Amino acid sequence: MIWNRTAECMSRDEREQLQGRRLKETVRRCYEKVAFYRAKMDAAGIAPDDIRSAADINLLPFTTKEDLAESYPFGMFAAPMEDIVRIHSSSGTTGKPKVAGYTKSDIEVWAEVMARTLSAAGGGRKELIQNAYGYGLFTGGLGAHYGAEKIGATVIPISGGNTKRQIMIMQDFGSTLLSCTPSYALHLADTARDMGVDIRKLPLKYGVFGAEPWTESLRKEIESKMGIRATDIYGLTEIIGPGVAGECHEQNGLHVYDDHFLPEIIDPVTLLSVPAGTPGELVFTSLTKEAFPIIRYRTRDLSILNTDPCPCGRTHVRMGRITGRTDDMLIIRGVNVFPSQIESVLLEMDGTEPHYLIVVDKLNGMDVLEVWVEVSPKVFTDEIKGLEALEKKIRHEIHNVLGLTVSVKLVEPKTIERSEGKAKRVIDKRPKG
Amino acid sequence: MKVKQLSIFLQNQSGRLAEVMGSIGSEEINIRALSLADTSGFGILRLIVNDKDKARAVLQEKGFTVSETDVIAVEIADVPGGLAHVLEVFAKEEINIEYMYAFVEKSSQNAVVIFRVEDVDASVNALQKKNVHVLSSQEVYAL
Repeated sequence: MIWNRTAECMSRDEREQLQGRRLKETVRRCYEKVAFYRAKMDAAGIAPDDIRSAADINLLPFTTKEDLAESYPFGMFAAPMEDIVRIHSSSGTTGKPKVAGYTKSDIEVWAEVMARTLSAAGGGRKELIQNAYGYGLFTGGLGAHYGAEKIGATVIPISGGNTKRQIMIMQDFGSTLLSCTPSYALHLADTARDMGVDIRKLPLKYGVFGAEPWTESLRKEIESKMGIRATDIYGLTEIIGPGVAGECHEQNGLHVYDDHFLPEIIDPVTLLSVPAGTPGELVFTSLTKEAFPIIRYRTRDLSILNTDPCPCGRTHVRMGRITGRTDDMLIIRGVNVFPSQIESVLLEMDGTEPHYLIVVDKLNGMDVLEVWVEVSPKVFTDEIKGLEALEKKIRHEIHNVLGLTVSVKLVEPKTIERSEGKAKRVIDKRPKG
Repeated sequence: MKVKQLSIFLQNQSGRLAEVMGSIGSEEINIRALSLADTSGFGILRLIVNDKDKARAVLQEKGFTVSETDVIAVEIADVPGGLAHVLEVFAKEEINIEYMYAFVEKSSQNAVVIFRVEDVDASVNALQKKNVHVLSSQEVYAL
């Protein structure tokens, strides 16, 4: 269902006009209220009046994660504290946490884009939404919660963790839509199976999964284990939280709510914008935020934009699923490696579990990469040569994809730590510096 | 005349074998024969026990990957050349042995050898034709 037909289906021209107007307001607000932006724009010789249309975004300087760290906690806020009604923060797993403030109007925008996302995924007044994103400083829980209430669905604010209880509630309450991270969805599916519960026979119909990169094969796996339609959702604290973009039932790219967030793709090395259809780093500019507006924020997420019309009728530009992060990228003997590439190899092989761990180390000056894979009952044979053949096959497939020789370590089921939030896939033991 | 053997995947980590033994031992399951195959990274523990269904359930409950394999148990006179005689039968019939392990019975003058082959039925027939004593699972569990 399309939540807001006027906004989601307006013509491209109309939207561009809207984006231009909103961009001008945002730039002016930033220049007037945030010392950081004023200094940066002055240094670049750009005045707010130089911005006349959405296309002028190219003139503006970028904002990076480091800039946010320097202005920690409230230095980027463009509204006085008495107008700010909520503060969220990222987990800070990759440095200082990023802090976001929201005015009443910002919370309203957030609920609106989450309402669009949940509706596009199958949500509606009749759905029972089991919201297993963590509630608290993390944007996931409350972000999804407000959107779910806005569409009039019934929200079960269960938050993350306590997996057996999640299964019990899912069974007893008859949840029809699950929202959580994809790795937690998989963990829920496996736990249910161990408990003797077949999720496919429960009323659950839809899943809205995000907050970490996942692959098409993992989607298939979750869909078949749970008997649901799983859609991807994208967002980040710096931009608003979840709901920056969401997939529709076509499952072919995420609609970016570009009346509120203006996306660009840049080449992470040259920092130049690239045309739609070229992969690169996602950059966002908020168009309607008051408390924490942000200009040309480099997300470090790798994606691609698609301007083709979507059969669903929405006219928003679509972004491809996140294929990796410039931060996650490992450089192994000079080769760029993304954990998601290894994940797709494992998922495409029959019988291997998608639980894996990548261990990187340095041995005699050489980078070595070891992939830990759990041996499921499906692939276990009681002959050494059978398991050695499996190791060899995984090594071979990874070599095909990465062009790198890796070692494979078979481990017992459940020895790789299960995540209740974002999965930890890489242990880098190499000395830093 | 097939005997069910349990195979358990073990990663190379101290204490894992003790954990397997501890968990079946505390359930009063007795081991009749065992062998451990290992590589640098992992091992496969092969067990013949007096109650394989219970052992399997206990181990799976503990999170181990367990599979069942049909093997042949052969009784051989515990004298020099005893095993050679049986192996000749396999050689003549061109039956390939994947692996084998042996133990000596405590109550008689015989040894028991466990064979894992591809075609269990054909092997049992060939052995019985040559008057080799193939043990039934009941006989093995009662050893």
